[in-house]
Amino acid sequence: MVVGKSVKRLDAFDKVTGRTKYTDDLCDKSAYVAKILHSTIAHGKVISIDISEALKVDGVVKIVTCFDVPKNYFPTAGHPWSTDESHQDVADRLLLTDTVRFYGDDVAAVVAEDEVSASKALKAIRVEYEEYPFVLDVQEAMKDDAPQIHMAFKNNILNHSSQSVGNYEEAIKEEGLIKFDNWYDTPTVQHCHIENHICYASEENGRITVVTSTQIPHIVRRVVGQALGVDWGKIRVIKPYIGGGFGNKQDVLYEPLCAYLSTVVGGRLVKLDSSREETFVSQRVRHAIRSHIITYTRPDGTFVARKLEMFSNQGAYASHGHSIAAKGMGCFKQLYPCPNVEAECYTVFTNRPVAGAMRGYGIPQAMFAVESQIDDIANGLGMTPLEIRKKNLMPVGYKDDFSKNVNYFDSFNQCIEKGKKYIDYERKLKDYKNQNGDIRKGIGMAVFWYNTAVWPISLESSSSRMVLNQDGSISLQLGETEIGQGADTAFAQMAADAVGITLDKVNVISCQDTDITPFGTGAYASRQTYVGGLTIKQTGELLKSRILDYAQKLSGIHSGELDIVDNNIIAKADGKFVMTVGDLATTALYSMEDSRHITAETTFQIKSNAYSFGCCFADVEVDIRACKVKILDIINVHDCGKLINPALAEAQVHGGMSMGIGYALSEQELFDSATGRTLNNNLLDYKLSTFMDHPHLEAQFVENAEPTSAYGTKALGEPPACPVAPAIRNAVLNATGVAINRIPMTPHVLFEEFTKNGLI
Amino acid sequence: MYDIKALYEAYSVEEAINLRLLHPDAQILAGGSDVLVQIREGKRAGKELISIYTIDEIRGISLDETESIRIGSLTSFSHITKNEIVQKYINVLGEAVDMVGSPQIRNIGTIGGNTCNGVTSADSASTLFSLDALVELTGKSGKRVIPISDFYIKAGTVDIKPDEIQTAIIIPKEKYSGYQGHYIKYAMRNALDITTTGCSVNVKLSEDKKTFLDVRIAYGVAGPIPMRAKNAESFIVGKAVNDENCKEFSKEVLNDINPRDSWRASKALRQHIAVELAYRAIKECVKLSGGEM
Repeated sequence: MVVGKSVKRLDAFDKVTGRTKYTDDLCDKSAYVAKILHSTIAHGKVISIDISEALKVDGVVKIVTCFDVPKNYFPTAGHPWSTDESHQDVADRLLLTDTVRFYGDDVAAVVAEDEVSASKALKAIRVEYEEYPFVLDVQEAMKDDAPQIHMAFKNNILNHSSQSVGNYEEAIKEEGLIKFDNWYDTPTVQHCHIENHICYASEENGRITVVTSTQIPHIVRRVVGQALGVDWGKIRVIKPYIGGGFGNKQDVLYEPLCAYLSTVVGGRLVKLDSSREETFVSQRVRHAIRSHIITYTRPDGTFVARKLEMFSNQGAYASHGHSIAAKGMGCFKQLYPCPNVEAECYTVFTNRPVAGAMRGYGIPQAMFAVESQIDDIANGLGMTPLEIRKKNLMPVGYKDDFSKNVNYFDSFNQCIEKGKKYIDYERKLKDYKNQNGDIRKGIGMAVFWYNTAVWPISLESSSSRMVLNQDGSISLQLGETEIGQGADTAFAQMAADAVGITLDKVNVISCQDTDITPFGTGAYASRQTYVGGLTIKQTGELLKSRILDYAQKLSGIHSGELDIVDNNIIAKADGKFVMTVGDLATTALYSMEDSRHITAETTFQIKSNAYSFGCCFADVEVDIRACKVKILDIINVHDCGKLINPALAEAQVHGGMSMGIGYALSEQELFDSATGRTLNNNLLDYKLSTFMDHPHLEAQFVENAEPTSAYGTKALGEPPACPVAPAIRNAVLNATGVAINRIPMTPHVLFEEFTKNGLI
Repeated sequence: MYDIKALYEAYSVEEAINLRLLHPDAQILAGGSDVLVQIREGKRAGKELISIYTIDEIRGISLDETESIRIGSLTSFSHITKNEIVQKYINVLGEAVDMVGSPQIRNIGTIGGNTCNGVTSADSASTLFSLDALVELTGKSGKRVIPISDFYIKAGTVDIKPDEIQTAIIIPKEKYSGYQGHYIKYAMRNALDITTTGCSVNVKLSEDKKTFLDVRIAYGVAGPIPMRAKNAESFIVGKAVNDENCKEFSKEVLNDINPRDSWRASKALRQHIAVELAYRAIKECVKLSGGEM
C-alpha cells in the first residue's frame, strides 16, 4: 500500500532540473506574438481608435479593435456549466470592449511577428474615449448617485443573498446582553503564481487548438466555443504543466481572444503571453470584502444573537461573482452556531480589476472578520480566546441543512490541542501579560471553517481512464489537473492501491487534452483528491476485475478467488503466486486466441461534500516604534482526513501559510483615487512576502478518516490560507492591546493605529 | 525580448570613452539590473547601449599608498560585502550593499551602477554619503575626483560628462579611520525591496568613549537625492555619549530632511521612521565603538 506514504513527487526531478516543459517551452518559435491594448481610463466609452500609425510599424501583422470583434457575450468563471439557465454564470465579457469598466480593460489587440514590434505598435495606437465618473469603493458603488457600471444591475449590485435563523430582533431584547459591533476590511490581493498566464492558439481543418496555462481545460473549451460562437467540439484545449494558478487560472482569461486572433490571421500560430503587470490588473484578484458583525452575548460568553453584513467588491465584471461572498456568508451561522442569526451579503460592481476565484474562495475574508471579532469579544468579556471559542464553536454532530455536511469528529478541539502544545500557548499567554516596552510579544490564534468541493451548488463529478500496457504498467488519465499542488502523485498513489500494483507501474498522463482526456471540470474547490479519489478507486477496481477475468481464463482459478498484490496475481486463499500482471498483460495484448486491450473508464458523480477544519497559532513580536510585526513562530493544524502523502500535505500547508502571512502583513493592490489606475502592478511595489519574511512554518495534522471519501481524505488545497491572517492579527492585539480591523497590517497601518492609540 | 537598438562592448576604459564620444545618445550598461528593467518598462526602450561590464581594470577593491580604500566601479555588491578590506575598515558599506535586492541582483549589480543611476533609494548611496566618499571619473582628458555630494545633481542626474565613465569610489583614510558605522534599511519586507527610508551613521568617539568627536549621518529617500543631516551632526559633535543626546540628535534630523508624501509612504511615517533610525543607528555605532550608555 502506498497511500499514506511520503513518496517523492512524480514530477520532482524534472521540475528541479528544469526539464519540465511548460506552455512557453512548447510553443513553436514561429508563433506570432499578440499583445493587448488596455484602457487608460477607469470608466467610459471608446469613441474611436486610430491604428494607422501602428500599422506602419515593421513586423505588425494585424490589429483588431473592439469594433471588429463578434458581439458574443460570454461568462468566464471556471464553474461547471449549468443546463439550468437561471444558474448560469453572468455572461458579460466580450473579446474586446468598447465600454470600458476599469483602468486596464481590453480595447484592442496587435498581432505581430515579434514582441518588440507588437509593443511598438501598441504605443502607436490612438484611442479617443468619452470618460464617465468611476467608483472604487464597494459601499459608494451601492449609492443611488453612483456611476452605473452594468445597466442590468441597479445600484451596481450583482447579487444579494441572505440567511436567517431564529428571530434576531426578538432575541436582542433580552436584558443584560453585551453588544459587540465591529467592521472589518480585507484588501484586493493577487494570486502571484510564478508563471504568468500564457496561451497559444492555431486553427487547422476548421478546428481551433488552444494550449494554455489553466486549471480548467474542459471549461476553457466550452467558453472559447461560447465566445467565438463555435461548436464546443471544434475547440481543443491542451493543458501542459503549469506554474501555479491559485484560482486566477480557474477563470477563462485570454484563451478566447488568442483563439480569435489566430482565426483572423489565417489560422497561424498566435501566442499571448501576459506580463506580470497585466496579471495584476487585467486578470483576476481576490475580492476585497468589508464585513460588519454585530454579536450579542451574555456576560458568560454565550452568543445569543448575531448579525453579519458583507460587501464584496466584484470589480468590473462578474467572473465568479456572488459565489465568493455567498460561501463566506455560508460559514457564519455554522462555525459558531447561535440560535438567532441574520446574515446578508452583497456582491457589488466597481471600476476595479475583476475579482474571481482565489485560494479560500471567500473564507480567508470571512475568517479575518469572524475570528477577529471572536477575540474582540473575548477581550471585552475578560475571557481567553480559547474559552470563548470552546463555548461557542460548532459541536460534534452538527449538521448543515443545506450541504448536509456533518461534523463527525471533534476536529476543532483536537487541532487546537496540537497547536497549543506546539506553540506553548498557555505559558505564553501568561508571560505576555502586562508588557509596556517598545518591543512586545503576542500570541494569537484563529480557527477556520472549510468544506470540500462544490456540491450541492454545482455538478460534482470526475472521470478517469486506466489502460493496461504490455508490461503490466497502467496509464492513468483524469480530467482533474496537476497545477503544482502534487495532484498527479496523489492520484498515482491511489491508483496503485486500487489496482494492486506498485507506484512505479503507474504512468500518470499529466497533460489534459480535451480531445483525449476524460471529462472533468478541473482543479478548484480543494476537490482533486476527494473527487478524483472516488473515480480512481472505481476505475481501478473495474480494471482490476477485468485483469482478474483474464487471469481466470489463463489460470482456471475463479476470478473471485484471485487478487492483485504488488504487481502479482495471487490466490486469495493461500496467497500463492499465480502470475505477474506483466505476463498477463503481454499475453492479453499478443494472444493469438483472445487478444484484449484491457482498459477501464468510469465517471463518479458525488453528491456529498465534507467539512475540513483546523486552526492557526501565531507568536509575534511587535516593534512598536518601527511599526513592524515579526512572526516568531507559527503553526497550522488541519484535519483534512487521512493524508495521502504526508510530505506533500505539509508542503501544501506551507504554501497556504505563506499566502496567509502576506495577506496579514504586506499584500494589497493600491488604486489611484484620481484615475482608478492600479498603482503597484509589479512584484516590487506589491509586497508579496519573501522567504526572508517567514519563520519556520510548522504544519501538523489530525487524521480523522472522512466517511464520505474513498481514501478518507478531504480538502487541503485552500484551507491553509484561511486562518493565518486573523491569528496574526489576534497576536498583535495580544501584544499591544490594539485591535486592528483591516489587513494588511503594514507599517503604514500600524503607524496610524499605534499613533491613534497613544503607543507612539 | 528587449528593445535595444545596438550594443557596443568596451574592453578598456579608453574604449569606453571613445564609444561614448562616438555614440553620444547611448546608455552605459554595467550589471544591467537597473537599465534592463527600465528598457523592459519602456523608459529606455530603443536605445543604444555601451556595455562596460567586461572592463576588469575597474573591478576590485584595494588600499592605495595613502591607505585610502579604492573600490572599482564595476565591483559587485557581493564582492564588496565579502571583501576583507571592506570588512576590516568599512564594514558598514558591506552590510549596506548586502541589503540590495536578492543574491542574484547582488551578484550582477555594481556600486558604480548603483550610484550613477542617481536615485535616492540606492542602498550604497547613503552609506557613501556618510563616509564622505569620493567619486573618480575618467574622461578623454584624464581623471577627476569629486565628493559624492557633488556627484549627485538631482533625482536621476549625476555629474558625468559626455566623455566620462565612473571608474572608482574612494574612501580616504581620514574618513574611516577610527569610525564605526551602521546602516539601517527600512523597507516593507526583508528582501527584494526598495528602501522606504535608509539611514547610515558613522561615529568617532573620544579615546575614553565618552564624547562624540565626529558624527556623519546620511539618508536615502529623505529627499530627491541622498543627503546628509548636517543640523543633527553639528548638534551632536562634542556632546557627551548618552541616551538623551542620542534622542535629541535623532529629533534634530527633522530640520534636515525633506521626505515626501506618496502612495509608497506618507511623509509622517517617513519622518517618524527617519528619527527612529537615527536613534537606533547612532546607538549601534556607539556600541560598535565600545562606548556605553
